[in-house]
Amino acid sequence: MSERASLLRRLARHPGAATGGVLFAAILAAVWLGPLLWPLAPDVIDVRARNLGPGLAHPLGTDQLGRDTLARVLAGGRLSLSVGLAAMAIALGLGTLIGVCAGFFRRLDGPLMRLTDLFLALPLLPLLLVMLLLFRDSLAGIFGPEGGIFVLVVGAIGLTSWMPTARIVRGDTLALKEREFVLAARAAGTGPIGLMTRHILPNVLSPILVSAALGLATAIVTESALSFLGLGFPPDFPSWGRLLSDATIYLADYPERVIAPGLAISLTVLSVTYLGDGLRDALDPRLGR
Amino acid sequence: MHISRYLIGALAALGLGQAALADRGTDGQVNILYWQAPSILNPYLSGGTKDLEAASVVLEPLARYDETGTMVPWLAERIPTLENGDVAEDLTSISWRLRNGLLWSDGTPVTSRDVQFTWEYCTAPGGGCAQIEKYGGITAIDTPDARTVVVHFDGPKPFPYTAFVGAQSPILQHAQFADCTGPRAPECTAENFAPIGTGPFAVEEFRPNDVVTYTANPNYRDPDKPAFARVLLKGGGDATAAGRAVLETGEFDYAWNLQLAPDVLDRMESAGLGQVISTFGALVERIVLNLTDPAPEHGNERSTRAHPHPFLTDPAVREALSLAIDRPLLVELGYGPAGRVTCNIVPAPEIYASDANDACKLQDIARANALLDAAGWVDSDADGVRDKDGAALRMLFQTSTNAVRQDFQALIKQWWSEIGVATELRNIDASVFFGSDPGSPDTFQKFFADAEMFANNFDGTDPEAYLANWHCDQIPTPENQWQGSNIPRYCSGAYNALVDQMRRTGDLEKRAELARAMNDTLMQEFILLPLVDRGRVSANANSLGGVRLNIWDSELWNIADWYRKDG
Repeated sequence: MSERASLLRRLARHPGAATGGVLFAAILAAVWLGPLLWPLAPDVIDVRARNLGPGLAHPLGTDQLGRDTLARVLAGGRLSLSVGLAAMAIALGLGTLIGVCAGFFRRLDGPLMRLTDLFLALPLLPLLLVMLLLFRDSLAGIFGPEGGIFVLVVGAIGLTSWMPTARIVRGDTLALKEREFVLAARAAGTGPIGLMTRHILPNVLSPILVSAALGLATAIVTESALSFLGLGFPPDFPSWGRLLSDATIYLADYPERVIAPGLAISLTVLSVTYLGDGLRDALDPRLGR
Repeated sequence: MHISRYLIGALAALGLGQAALADRGTDGQVNILYWQAPSILNPYLSGGTKDLEAASVVLEPLARYDETGTMVPWLAERIPTLENGDVAEDLTSISWRLRNGLLWSDGTPVTSRDVQFTWEYCTAPGGGCAQIEKYGGITAIDTPDARTVVVHFDGPKPFPYTAFVGAQSPILQHAQFADCTGPRAPECTAENFAPIGTGPFAVEEFRPNDVVTYTANPNYRDPDKPAFARVLLKGGGDATAAGRAVLETGEFDYAWNLQLAPDVLDRMESAGLGQVISTFGALVERIVLNLTDPAPEHGNERSTRAHPHPFLTDPAVREALSLAIDRPLLVELGYGPAGRVTCNIVPAPEIYASDANDACKLQDIARANALLDAAGWVDSDADGVRDKDGAALRMLFQTSTNAVRQDFQALIKQWWSEIGVATELRNIDASVFFGSDPGSPDTFQKFFADAEMFANNFDGTDPEAYLANWHCDQIPTPENQWQGSNIPRYCSGAYNALVDQMRRTGDLEKRAELARAMNDTLMQEFILLPLVDRGRVSANANSLGGVRLNIWDSELWNIADWYRKDG
């Protein structure tokens, strides 16, 4: 308990982390509680109110079909952040598992790290495009159209972004497993599973948390890129990337339509990155003491 | 020193002053932007407009249509008619005579054998010829001499100008394609990517789905044309970028098919580098409803007549879907002056346009709901979606990626939700959607969706071949590599009979009557929901002269006459 409190204290003293944390919390709250506070639905078309600039009824204006931009940005955030969080969780789980196994079992180290190199060498965007093309129909059959594309996008991003986590975790595991307390636990008869879960994982938690923050940022950017290319979610599910892409042709006339989702993506990624940065400093015992 | 400088100046002045009457190849390069990239240069192996038009620079038909819809002789000396005796009295044969001294771009003479071979090529079994309906009813082609071609039909053919007329059925060189018939047709990559033609330009390099470069054909029949030495036809991107490249940045001279919101186009044009050109024809933006079941569990039989659609086979559902659409609003939002509301699949020319379906111009949600209620489609499980016998009115509605089409999708989804139909939207990159790759699951011909939206028209002024598209034979199936234009998979004996009757009718009035009857059948079956009669909108740079935008044939039909303007 006191350890956690001191971590929070150290985080709060880190200006970047504090700002990033507050900002990210605010974005999360706005996106999830927003629909309660802002009653307009993102997909209701009101043709008479199209192409409005920012005003009282529509703080961010309306698009070419009269849909409220604020409501769409909030709805888009829900989708983009859900995808980001879920994909990050997959990448983290996979990366940690592979990293710990590679670091712990010498026999697995070679093959697993070559696999990691292989994935790092793959060009991600083309790979994602192929995955979307191949599996969209079959997944849509299992999970329904919206669920299918969600699973696909999340899975695709998760399966292609676990490598940095795996490398970091492996490195730390290699160092940890020769430490005295691990040797002691081993001498006391703890099995490999016990060693990993009780002694190694808690000690590699800090790099995992940091890469989680960075992974979230990457996942949001990747989803936006996919949607921007028109290959992510269908057009009636406004993610931030799709809002951006829809608004580009109106860039000259209605710049606020590009700025709103663009700013949302930038702020989220920036705040999460700062948070991760601060987390790393706060968790590192050699700094800030 | 001085003298030579003056000389150069004088020569330059001479060259500039005569730009319009320039000799062959004096105007440099013309840059054309097609935002759908051509994937093949053989029009017989592709249904895509982008491929047809890219090929039309090289390959030419015997006759084609000018911008007013009038047929003009092209490789032929004159248009065969009953009056000049080239069409037989009994309407069963037509004879064409090639111009004198025609050469292919490789220098060999064009002969009647090439014309005959083109027919053999397209009708060879297993070839998957995309333009086969152009050659319907031909029993034999005779070549009495090197310049004369006599086409024999299986019966009286009142409108014999389908084969070898228009950008869709140009003449191929026999010597080049002799080994490429039947199932070998798609394998002849070198030939399909660089056909030898008679047109003003010859293919220099073709990179599929990217760029085509052409150089002036040294053996072109008019020694003063083309004015340009090279053509660069770049493909890919999107309509917005294409419009911008011509109108705002001036990187390209000509951009094809700018389907953009009217205010966006206005703003681009105000930059002053080029102009937007438009013309109206028979191009109709429509929603096609799938009469067969696209569910993935049918495997190879997806979207084939082996499995009827669970609810779109009910005419009441189809009519309700049509009634729920507010067409005037779509036109206003998406096209402005470049579009007109239409309730017909054949909106032009005038004599073929029916007025029996004009009721569709008014949106009537209440009547649509009443229709569905009466047909037994009710929301029995209170989820906002009507259902009957376990089938719920849930649709997948796909189209190509395009800002106007995505706006239409959103609007139509909302209207359909008001009549208890849930719609899922999908948009597919246009190069894929209109692509000719039988391996891709996302082409408009495979139609693995319940509804899809695109635009199509007929070339030429006679809708016979176009209306024959909805004959049972034209249904795309795995067996014919998904070629065929009967996208809704409609099959009706009565309609087939009308198609056959039109094939036998010569009198123009009677033909118009039949065309209207066929149009009305399709409209009253509600398998095609016409939305907008679209003008063709393209753009050309102010420095490009000679462009005559043609909606009845390839837009590049008169590229031989294009030239660089002064200044």
